[in-house]
Amino acid sequence: MFTFIIRRSIQTIPVLIGVTVLVFMLMHLIPGDPAQIIAGESASEQQVEQMRERLGLNDPLPVQYFKYISNAVQGDLGSSVRNGRAVADEISARFWTTVELAVYSTILSIFIGLIAGIISATRHYTLTDVSIMIVALFGLSMPNFWLGLMLIQWFSIGHISWLPFDTAWFSPSGWGSWQQNVLPVITLGTAGAAIIARMTRSSMLEVIGQDFIRTARAKGVKERVVIYRHALKNALIPVVTIVGLQFGSLLGGTVLTETVFAINGMGRLIIDAIRARDFPVVQGTVLVISLLFVLVNFLVDISYRYLNKRVDLD
Amino acid sequence: MNDQTQITPIMKQPTPPSNPRLESWKTFFKKLRKNRAAMVGGILILFFIFVAIIGPFLAPFDPTTQNQMNKLVGPSSEHWFGTDHQGRDIFSRLIHGMSITLFIGFTSVIIGAFFGVFLGLVSGYYGKRVDAVIMRSMDVLLAFPGILLALAIVSVLGGNLTNVIIAVGIFAIPSFARIVRGSVLSVKKLEYVDAVKALGASDVRIIFKHILPNVMSPIIVQATLYMAAAILTASGLSFLGMGAQPPTPEWGAMLSAGRSYMFDAPHVAFFPGIAIVIVVLAFNIFGDGLRDALDPKMKN
Repeated sequence: MFTFIIRRSIQTIPVLIGVTVLVFMLMHLIPGDPAQIIAGESASEQQVEQMRERLGLNDPLPVQYFKYISNAVQGDLGSSVRNGRAVADEISARFWTTVELAVYSTILSIFIGLIAGIISATRHYTLTDVSIMIVALFGLSMPNFWLGLMLIQWFSIGHISWLPFDTAWFSPSGWGSWQQNVLPVITLGTAGAAIIARMTRSSMLEVIGQDFIRTARAKGVKERVVIYRHALKNALIPVVTIVGLQFGSLLGGTVLTETVFAINGMGRLIIDAIRARDFPVVQGTVLVISLLFVLVNFLVDISYRYLNKRVDLD
Repeated sequence: MNDQTQITPIMKQPTPPSNPRLESWKTFFKKLRKNRAAMVGGILILFFIFVAIIGPFLAPFDPTTQNQMNKLVGPSSEHWFGTDHQGRDIFSRLIHGMSITLFIGFTSVIIGAFFGVFLGLVSGYYGKRVDAVIMRSMDVLLAFPGILLALAIVSVLGGNLTNVIIAVGIFAIPSFARIVRGSVLSVKKLEYVDAVKALGASDVRIIFKHILPNVMSPIIVQATLYMAAAILTASGLSFLGMGAQPPTPEWGAMLSAGRSYMFDAPHVAFFPGIAIVIVVLAFNIFGDGLRDALDPKMKN
């Protein structure tokens, strides 16, 4: 296991370097002069030169990269072009909001996805199975920003015409109290729940068809024990990978959810920064989210190895 | 009389030489026809393509003509899906938007598949350092979760429809590359590849003439399933104001415009969302069916 962790860590290094290079290059891939674009079209020659100096664009590219990395390692991601605040401060003020949103949504999607997948697999080809799979397919096909708006419409503005009472239970914006958290978590977690349900079902069906399950049944083991102790344990192995990937895609999905629910997280920070062409903030936030994703994938791989000893890095 | 009966050898009628590729396509269509959900998805997709081509001629109203006297009117017999904040007919805008949505989906998938398949073929065939460099690069692209990579690209290139297509296309490259590489690794071990090599075929010929046709199944399945993801990502970018700009009747942008009127006129955001759901659903169903028929191993 220790060797596995070391080897997996070594494999992560080129990815980390690649991510930092790509994020660093973002500003240099802007068509035209980045200093001119960030300073604005109406900026004078002197202002553009000041901006160039401030962003360190006068140095050769490799020097700029190493400066960026050595500063980033020390927690300095530059400063915002808009308000002059340190990018690291801007991010740290919003980091936990986004992580909380992603974690709660992942928990919800695991909970609903696993239950739905297990029910579907144990009653396969029945009406229950078909219904669950149709709902899952809808969940997978729904744009989460639209789902969020519809949830606001139904449970926040409080307008379900066929119900005899007001349905305005939840807050349509912000993050913190449970009334604020419920709708964004459902919005973000729905697609993940659908994917996990589909994966759990197909994984369970594959395991249920194997010889050791038949043996367990032949020995007279109770069906409940067969399903939960024998089948589910083995079926969960591929699901773990999906959960890890889901957490990553939820991190990306927070951009849309935070916009819909006006949540002051990292996703919304990126959008505001892109609109204002505040590239140091865009770079810093993209870097932090990507590194977080790489870290999660690393942890998922280790837990996958823990669950399935046959896994080899090759 | 000769007791010995003459035994005439019964010769088996030689079966006419069949084209194995044609046979495999026949088997594929047979399997696909059995999958009802996939057939529904396929028919829906054909219908959407038909609407995208013919629809604009049949749409009852012009999609961009404003009518300030007719703003935010709910669904009625005249305006089936109501009107938006500029008094434009939502139904007509959705019909016109169909071609934009499908165009974004198809072109970005073509971009992603073109580069992804090429990289996957090269990576899987040559292996070793070439494989390591290409696959680590793909890992880097995959390290940007969800919509983030597309968003970063659009932030650099600027927000418009062309850049969204490029961004979503680049976003698709790693998944195509990974799937094709995996398939090439198993195909290149087969004996026929050794035989072609022994006959002196060049690498380019082996890769494109002999390996590519045998890894087409996962590519087709991935392309269909990715259409759904591409449409969702592109509409997400437009929703954020980074894609199609007004007055283009792009569904994500229409949905974004409808946000401000959720209280008075929820139908403005409701119908574009439903349109996205139905199109994405059709591609997902069809993709699932294709996978079951062509490449059941991909399920896991």
